[in-house]
Amino acid sequence: MDGQAEIGHFARLPARWRWSEAAFWILALSCAFLFPSRYLIMTDIVRLALFALSLDLILGYAGIVSLGHAAFFGVGAYGAGLLALHGLVTEPVVALVAAGLAAAMLGFLTSFLVIRGVDLTRLMVTLGIALLLEALAERFSDITGGTDGLQGIEMQPILGLFAFDMFGKTGFFYCLAVLFLLFLLARRIVHSPFGLSLRAIRNNPLRAAAIGIPVNRRLIAVYTLAAFYAGIAGALFTQTTALASLDVFSFERSADLMLVLVIGGTGYLYGGLIGAVVFRMLQEVFSSITPQYWQFWIGLVLVVIVLAGRERLHRWALWAPGLISRRVAGRNATMAASGGKRR
Amino acid sequence: MTTLFTILFDGVAYGMLLFVLACGLAVTLGLMNFVNLAHGAFAMAGGYVCAVLVNQSGWPFAAALPLAFVASALLGAVLERSLYRHLYSRGHLDQVLFSIGLVFMSVAAVDYIMGSSRIFIKLPAALEGQIDFFGVGIGRYRLMIIVICGLLTAALQLVLARTRFGSRLRAAVDDPRAASGLGINVPQVFALTFAFGCGLAGLGGALSAEILGLDPYFPLKFMIYFLIVVTVGGSSSITGPFLASLLLGIGDVAGKYYLPKLGPFVIYTIMIVILIWRPNGLFGRTATR
Repeated sequence: MDGQAEIGHFARLPARWRWSEAAFWILALSCAFLFPSRYLIMTDIVRLALFALSLDLILGYAGIVSLGHAAFFGVGAYGAGLLALHGLVTEPVVALVAAGLAAAMLGFLTSFLVIRGVDLTRLMVTLGIALLLEALAERFSDITGGTDGLQGIEMQPILGLFAFDMFGKTGFFYCLAVLFLLFLLARRIVHSPFGLSLRAIRNNPLRAAAIGIPVNRRLIAVYTLAAFYAGIAGALFTQTTALASLDVFSFERSADLMLVLVIGGTGYLYGGLIGAVVFRMLQEVFSSITPQYWQFWIGLVLVVIVLAGRERLHRWALWAPGLISRRVAGRNATMAASGGKRR
Repeated sequence: MTTLFTILFDGVAYGMLLFVLACGLAVTLGLMNFVNLAHGAFAMAGGYVCAVLVNQSGWPFAAALPLAFVASALLGAVLERSLYRHLYSRGHLDQVLFSIGLVFMSVAAVDYIMGSSRIFIKLPAALEGQIDFFGVGIGRYRLMIIVICGLLTAALQLVLARTRFGSRLRAAVDDPRAASGLGINVPQVFALTFAFGCGLAGLGGALSAEILGLDPYFPLKFMIYFLIVVTVGGSSSITGPFLASLLLGIGDVAGKYYLPKLGPFVIYTIMIVILIWRPNGLFGRTATR
């Protein structure tokens, strides 16, 4: 094997499908049949997972710390809600894509603001944009319904075939299908040369620019893509719950999202998915202990995670699965989990 | 004309208050380059300490204010020594996550202990009402705030520019390695500064209960304002954040008076425009180090 081919071989190695990934998705699907009474919370988890996947694209792969990712979620949510409420686009899938595109548009426009400046400026600008949109939504209450939110949204059947039912069964399968499709797309993108160049930018923008990667254009592209994903997550939220209120833009939503991603780990796509499951379970447990004050425990989890060190925690978490997969698959199977991380 | 003066006066009082609240953050964020989103939590702690002392223990307001400072400074010192100092060398993401965690904890804890409703501090009669100054009504409480905050600002400027501690701090910020090589105890200087900044925030929190309102969501509601003061003001001196907070205070009061429907929209737009135009702040000198 000559050098070139060897590099290609190693670059493609993490892109290969592994049995553990297939198992993950089969498990996700089988949840639908294992817990038929829990569709609503499972739908919630799937939406959150998609939202976290979106943040992972910019945080885990491009290294942009955003405190205002809820801006795109909110635009998607209100977009889908308004389309359905005024009967402009009644078919949910088309409305979903339209809402996602609206969020992507906003992402494209604001990306020029975000790529300027250092970390701190980025934090402020992303936070500022989300707050700005929240203030706007409150100001134009004749369109958004103000603090009451959009009410009376009625969803048409998906593709004209599957009507939303009151148990959320259709909603769950719908969300899961959307998540899976978008996950496939994201997986394809991050393992493409484009995705590899993003990682180069994350690790060292200066060197990335020196080897000829157009840093700003790549960042704009991935930011727009992440905004699209977040918009879709927001639209799913509106479509499955039939409401959209001002809190879709709230700071807590962006902050919770960061926690989700941090729990699951950044930079390998499954982080957001696993994080969403763990986060919702934690939330359930905490709110069953102290209904009103679960935020305290969420905060504590954040503090502990940071103090203990994110990398270290993930090494511990991956120890047992890594052991098993080494036994089963023999060599180098744990590359799946560590492949995307900083080395 | 008189409304204009009243707006200006209220705006200056508001801005001064914001400066006292945020100048601790100007040091941690601007100088030490630590993204501390939990700064408002220290202000809230001071405010609640003052409220409990005045309302429940019957202390005079003037005696409770210094204690608000001391309580917040102690809290800041303890947290700095136990938690914050481990994170100085970490990335911004870790700092953001950590301080958001602290904010969530403080919000829920205060909600649990003190209840979620807005709290008022009983003011002495001498501070209520207005004095008539050439036809312009001037609130006594706001006048007191301007006096206290103005004195504090002058004192801070003097301490930073003239004292030994001030020059140590500036040296430690400019180049921690060289400073410690010269025998300056850099961690101690940082800890003292951090605690002092938290104390000022606590004092600001106690003073602001009347004007900004004090409830468990204080750290979240005003987080963006503190950040604006620091990022717009820049970090090269204390004058930058001071001017920025005056601008923000006057702008916010005037905006609420003349364009009540737009709400905070004006402030956020101005902030984003300024940050795009000058990413290091209006009065900034260099990028964060």
